[in-house]
Amino acid sequence: MSIMNKLRNQNFSLTITYILLIFFAISIIFPFFWMISTSLKTQKEAVKFPPSFIPENPQFSNYQKAWSKVNFTRYFLNTILIALVQLAGILFTSILAAYAFAILDFKGREILFVSLLGLMMVPMPVYIVPGYMILQKIGWIDTYYAQIVPWMANVFPIFLLRQHFKTIPRDLYDAAVIDGYSDLGFLFKVVVPLSRPALITISIFSLLASWNSFIWPLVVTNSDSIRPVQVGLAYFIQEQSTNYTLLMAASTFVVLPLIILFFIAQRQIIESYTRSGLKD
Amino acid sequence: MNYRRNFFKGLLFLLPALIILFIFRFLPIILAFVISFFDWGISGKGDFVGFKNYLQIFNDKTFYQALLNTLWYVITVLPGTIIISLIISILLNQKIKFKGFFRTTFFLPEVTSIIAISFVWKWIYHPQIGIANYLLKLVGISPLKWLEEPRGIFEILFNIDLPKIFEGPSLALFSLSIMTIWKSLGYNVIIFLAGLQNIPEHYYESAKIDGASRWQSFRYITLPLLSPTTFYVFIMTTITSFQVFAPVWMMTGPPAGGPLGTTNVIVYYLYDMAFNYGKYGYGTAIAFILFLIILFLTIVQKKYGEKNVHYE
Repeated sequence: MSIMNKLRNQNFSLTITYILLIFFAISIIFPFFWMISTSLKTQKEAVKFPPSFIPENPQFSNYQKAWSKVNFTRYFLNTILIALVQLAGILFTSILAAYAFAILDFKGREILFVSLLGLMMVPMPVYIVPGYMILQKIGWIDTYYAQIVPWMANVFPIFLLRQHFKTIPRDLYDAAVIDGYSDLGFLFKVVVPLSRPALITISIFSLLASWNSFIWPLVVTNSDSIRPVQVGLAYFIQEQSTNYTLLMAASTFVVLPLIILFFIAQRQIIESYTRSGLKD
Repeated sequence: MNYRRNFFKGLLFLLPALIILFIFRFLPIILAFVISFFDWGISGKGDFVGFKNYLQIFNDKTFYQALLNTLWYVITVLPGTIIISLIISILLNQKIKFKGFFRTTFFLPEVTSIIAISFVWKWIYHPQIGIANYLLKLVGISPLKWLEEPRGIFEILFNIDLPKIFEGPSLALFSLSIMTIWKSLGYNVIIFLAGLQNIPEHYYESAKIDGASRWQSFRYITLPLLSPTTFYVFIMTTITSFQVFAPVWMMTGPPAGGPLGTTNVIVYYLYDMAFNYGKYGYGTAIAFILFLIILFLTIVQKKYGEKNVHYE
């Protein structure tokens, strides 16, 4: 094969690559585009067939209307509250537990750790009914506690952090002990600062999980005022099932915060997924 | 003495996590196991019924349909998501421009709310005014009923009456699969990309020197060396697909699970039994069967997955 031929060949396959990638990218973006496009139409234009791709006369007021139609301010505040308290809880419980499992040496440690790992195999749906019953017993149904407390600890972040803490050299610990550090001092002054990537990973997963969680808050809440944004949106959709423009506006502002977070912390998020996927 | 002090110290560090995990993970599992042997309802503990709930499940036509629907869902999601994400990751694993842009784009659906996005897809699938039917019309295909179509996809495809087993998943269920493939693509792409980057470059170089074609390099180097990753994606997709719930709740019906129960899946069925019919015992027994299926898959993954992790 001559060099010219080879180059032509390479150019050709590169062109195919770009065409395919652009095709896939458009398929991925299209539903988002369609959501935003519908959200800016008048109700009349939205139900027109054949549909128009670009709204004739963009109705930005749809966003205001959707926001005030149900109490989205409240839903968002609820979700933010739930997500932040849960995140604090997850960090607190996992850092301490991972430290015990990775660095402290005590009897029964391995058995305890392995039985916790066993929990990772239990799928979430198993917890729904008995979890509901336990919350009922405690009297927490339809409270913030029911949405927050059960998820303030989880096995996966403990596991992930423990793997990371294990990579910290033992000498460091011994030196710290000689220098008179307590365990808590060593943990927060040495171990935690060295574990930023792993901590970012578990924070990202915790935030995404609480932002998007649905079946749990659906089951444990009844009142509108304590609903998180996903459940609020789901009921809003059920009530207004044909009011497409407002529902698409609502969907847009529910999706938007995570897309913004994703663009800000893109590298960390993708790395987190890769890391957890390959080590799991 | 020192040993005992260490024990208490360890316990102290573990305490916050253990309290929560005990009350909200261990206890529910034990409770689930117990109530699945009772005729437990909203009014409280009923009679001890032994294996009755489990036996009833095995005679429950709706359960079998939910299981079959779930299996169809898994079977349709798997090849779609694996093949498409493999193709995308191989395309991305070249020296190309805008690599970061493409990767970001493919990952977008992964971080977006399933509720909002389910509704967007429902709108896309609208049988009268949906854009999906408009696109079909552009290429000369007659409109489909999508989420409202109980007929099986093979029956629609070949346009003949088929016995129930050969009908395939309903178009309604298949519409959910398409959305799921769209949503989970990005995650699988980055997992595949990580796997591809683990394959040493010099394998390809020596293959090139030996005159291997690109297809041969793919067939004899990429595919076999990528098989642990493919296996991982395969198992993880299966496990998550078995637990599908939100799209069914959001997109199908009313009543959800429709049309004609063709999108009723295991988790929706257990939710329906427990919270719409108040049959806690029965719902939990279904949950336990789901647990056994997933446990089996996890063990398979651990057993065969770890064997293949090392490349060279």
